[in-house]
Amino acid sequence: MWSKESPVKNIPKDDSSYETITCDVLIVGAGGAGMRAAIASFDGGADTLIVCKTLLGKAHTVMAEGGIAASLGNIDPNDSWEVHFSDTIVEGQSISNWKTAYIYAKEVVDRVYELEQYGALFDRTDDGKIMQRPFGAHTYRRLCYIGDRTGLELIRTLEDQVLKRKIPFMDEVEITALFKDATGRACAALAIKNRTGELLLIQFKAIILATGGCGKVYEVTSNSYESTGDGLSLAYRAGADLMDMEMMQFHPTGMIYPAGVRGLLVTEAVRGEGGILTNVKGERFMERYDPKRKELSARDIVARSIYTEIIEGRGTANGAVYLDITKRGPEYIKKKLPSMYYQFLEFAGVDITKQKMEVAPTVHYHMGGVRADPETAGTNVPGFYAAGEVACGLHGANRLGGNSLGDILVFGRRAGIAAARFAKENSMGRAAGQDIEGEVKRILAPFDSPNGTNPFALKERIAATMWKHVGIVRNEKDLRAGLADIDVIAEDAKRVEAKGPRIYNESWVASIQVWNMVLECRAIITSALERTESRGAHTRSDYPAKDDAHWLANIITRDDGGKMVHEVVPVQKPPPEVAALIKE
Amino acid sequence: MMAEMAQEPRKEVTLRVFRGVGNDPSSHRYDTFTVPHEDGMVVLNAIHYIQSHFDSSLSARWNCKAGRCGSCSAEINEVPRLMCKTPVDKFEGEITVEPMRAFPLVRDLATDVSDNWAVGMSIPPFTPRTGLKEPWTIKQEDVERSREMRKCIECFLCQDVCHVVREHKADYIGPRWVVKAASLDMHPLDGINRSDFLKDQAGLGYCNITKCCQEICPEHIIITDDAIIPEKERVVDRHYDPLVWAYRKLRGSK
Repeated sequence: MWSKESPVKNIPKDDSSYETITCDVLIVGAGGAGMRAAIASFDGGADTLIVCKTLLGKAHTVMAEGGIAASLGNIDPNDSWEVHFSDTIVEGQSISNWKTAYIYAKEVVDRVYELEQYGALFDRTDDGKIMQRPFGAHTYRRLCYIGDRTGLELIRTLEDQVLKRKIPFMDEVEITALFKDATGRACAALAIKNRTGELLLIQFKAIILATGGCGKVYEVTSNSYESTGDGLSLAYRAGADLMDMEMMQFHPTGMIYPAGVRGLLVTEAVRGEGGILTNVKGERFMERYDPKRKELSARDIVARSIYTEIIEGRGTANGAVYLDITKRGPEYIKKKLPSMYYQFLEFAGVDITKQKMEVAPTVHYHMGGVRADPETAGTNVPGFYAAGEVACGLHGANRLGGNSLGDILVFGRRAGIAAARFAKENSMGRAAGQDIEGEVKRILAPFDSPNGTNPFALKERIAATMWKHVGIVRNEKDLRAGLADIDVIAEDAKRVEAKGPRIYNESWVASIQVWNMVLECRAIITSALERTESRGAHTRSDYPAKDDAHWLANIITRDDGGKMVHEVVPVQKPPPEVAALIKE
Repeated sequence: MMAEMAQEPRKEVTLRVFRGVGNDPSSHRYDTFTVPHEDGMVVLNAIHYIQSHFDSSLSARWNCKAGRCGSCSAEINEVPRLMCKTPVDKFEGEITVEPMRAFPLVRDLATDVSDNWAVGMSIPPFTPRTGLKEPWTIKQEDVERSREMRKCIECFLCQDVCHVVREHKADYIGPRWVVKAASLDMHPLDGINRSDFLKDQAGLGYCNITKCCQEICPEHIIITDDAIIPEKERVVDRHYDPLVWAYRKLRGSK
C-alpha cells in the first residue's frame, strides 16, 4: 500500500527535453472552480486532466471561511434570486457584467443543494434546513456555511467527487505558457513537474484556467503561497483580454499581530455573528460611516473606514482597530467560529472569547481578471475558458462576501460543460515547434544565471512596493512611483537565478512566478492610473468622486505586439425587465 | 505562548535543517543557519528567511501559512508538526527540522505523499440513502457528530507518526484514512457500511491503539478515541456479535 521509492530522477540542469501527453480538456488549478469544472467536463464525456501547482486539496479555496451566498430563503423567506442579483450589481458599483450576475444569482441555489448531495454537511436550522447567516451588504441572511470552515468542506467534497470518478490529476505541476495553433486556437501548454524537475508538453482541445488570484503581489494579504496570479500572465501572453485589473479587494479584517501572521484573514462571519468594531477611544466608528448597516456594510466601505481610523490616529499601537465578539460567550464562539478561536489562541495568544481582536485591512480578492463570457466562461481565444477568481465579470468593483464560493461552483461547472462540448466538436491543434523551443529556453534561463538575483527576495520587493504605492487609497504620484519600482525589479528579474538541482526546485518555480508577478503588477498599476475616479475597491485621493458619466465602464488590458495597452469599454446595459430588478 | 520565553529576549534563532536528494544518500546532511528572531515567529518564517537571505536552493513545501492547508508538515525536534504553527519560542536552543520519515524523500524538506490518494480512492465514497425527500432535512446535532472528523486538513502528520504505517509492515491505511472513513460513516444520510472494507482491505486490526496520532493532530481531532476505536467496535459488532449477524441476515440490512 505504501511505497518506499523516491520519485527522484537525475536531470541535468540544461536538459531541454520534454514528454508529450494529450487530453481533451486540460484544467489548470484544483481549487473549487477547477475541481467543479473537472467534474462537469468529465461528466460531459471529455478525457479530462487536472494539473495544479500545489498538492491536491490544498488550493486557496480551503481558506474560505464564511460561506456560500445563495437565496435559499431558509431564514428569510422574502429572499429571492432577484434580490441577490440586485445586491451583487449594486455593491459591485454597477460595473459587473449583468448577465454574469443574473446567471449566478439564479444558479447558485442549485449548486448549494448539489454540493450537499455530493456530501457536504452544512449547518442546519431548527427544522433541519440549511442554515444561513448574515453577511455584509446582503439584504437578507443568505450565507450557507459549515462553521467557519466552509472552504475546507467544499474542497474536500469536490476532491471526493474527483477521486470517485478517477479523474486523472497531476499535482505540483506549474504551467509556464500556453500555445496557439496556426488558426489562433489554444492547443498546448508547457509545464514543469516540480517533484521530478521534468518538462512536460500537454496538448489539448480545450483548456480551462482556474488558477485563482494574485494577492501575493501584496505584502499584507490573506492569500496563500500559490496566489501569484500565474493564470493572469498565461492568459495575457496567450492573447486573452484581462479586465478591471485595478479592482483589488482589501478585506476589512486581517490579523495584524504577531508579524509572522500579519494579513491572515479574520472572517467576516465574526461581524456576521455580531462582532463590533471600535477604535482606540472605544467609539463604534462604523456608526459614523454607515449608520444603517454599521459593521455589516460593504467590504470596500468597512475597509476604508478602518483605514481612515488608523491613518487619523485612532488606531491601536500596532496600527489596528478592535473587533469584539466576547458578548456571544465562549460556547457560541467555539461552535460558530472554531477556526478563529484557535487561530488567535495559537498564533497570537489571544482568547477571543474573553479578549478583543486587533484587526486591519488585508489584500483578499482580485475582482479583475480574464474577461469571461457569462454563458460559457469562454475568453476571446477559442478553446480557452476561465473560471473562479482568475476570471472577471461577476464582482464588478467590489465582491460581496460569499459570492466567490458561489462563483467557483456556478462558473466552474459552466466552463466544464462548454469546454467538453468544444472538445467534442474540434480536433486537436498543433503548436509551432519554435514557440515551444523558445519557451523551453526562457524557463531554463534561471539555471544559467550565475550570481543572479534571488527570486524570493524579488517577491518580497514586489510585495513591499505594491503595498506601499498601490494600496487601499491611491493617487497618481504613488502609482507612478510604484510603476517605476516595478520597472527596476523587472530589470533585476531578468537575471534571476535558480539554485540547486532541477528536482523540487522552488527557486526555479519562484523565478518564473516573479516574471508573472511583474507583468500583473504593471497591469494593475496602469489600469489604476487609467481609472480617474473612485469606485468600490479602487479609491483615488486625487479623484475622490464616483464618475458615472465617464466610468460606467470596464478597463481591458491586452498585449498589442509586445506592448501593454488598455481599452475602455462601456458596461453593457441590461434589458428593461432586468434593469427593473436592480434596487439601488 | 510568547510569555513563556526566557528572561532575556531572544535575538536570533539557530536551525539545523536536513538537506539532500531522495535517491542519493551521499547528499544527505544537515545545514545550520542562524536567522534574526521576531515576535510570534514560527519555524516556517525562519525557513523563508533562509531562502531569501542565505540559500535559495532550500526546498520546503508550504501554501497557506495559516494552519489550514496542511502542506508544511515536517519533523521538528523529532516530532511531526506543521512548520507554520510551530513557534520558534517553543524550544530553547537549536531547532532541528527534518522531512517526514514515513514518506519517500524528494529533496530537503519535501517528501512524496502521493500514495495517499490511491489509498483514499479505495474507501467506499459517500453514498446517500435512496428515496430521500429533497431538499434534505438533517438535524444540527447529527451534523456536529461528523464535524470533528471533517476538520482534517490532510497534513498526513498522523500517517507519519504512526509506527504501523512507518514500518510498512502491514497493509494499514493509516489514521488519516480511518478518520476519512469515519467522517463518511457519520454522515447522517450515508447509506452504506464501511466495516467490511476497514476489516478486510484497510487493515484496521493492525492499529494497536498507541494513540500517537491523536497526540500530534494539529486540528485536535481525537483520532484514536473518536474514530479508530468506534470503527473497530463497529467491525466487532458486525462480524462477531451473533445477534447482529442473525438480524442482518434476516433483514438484509447493512
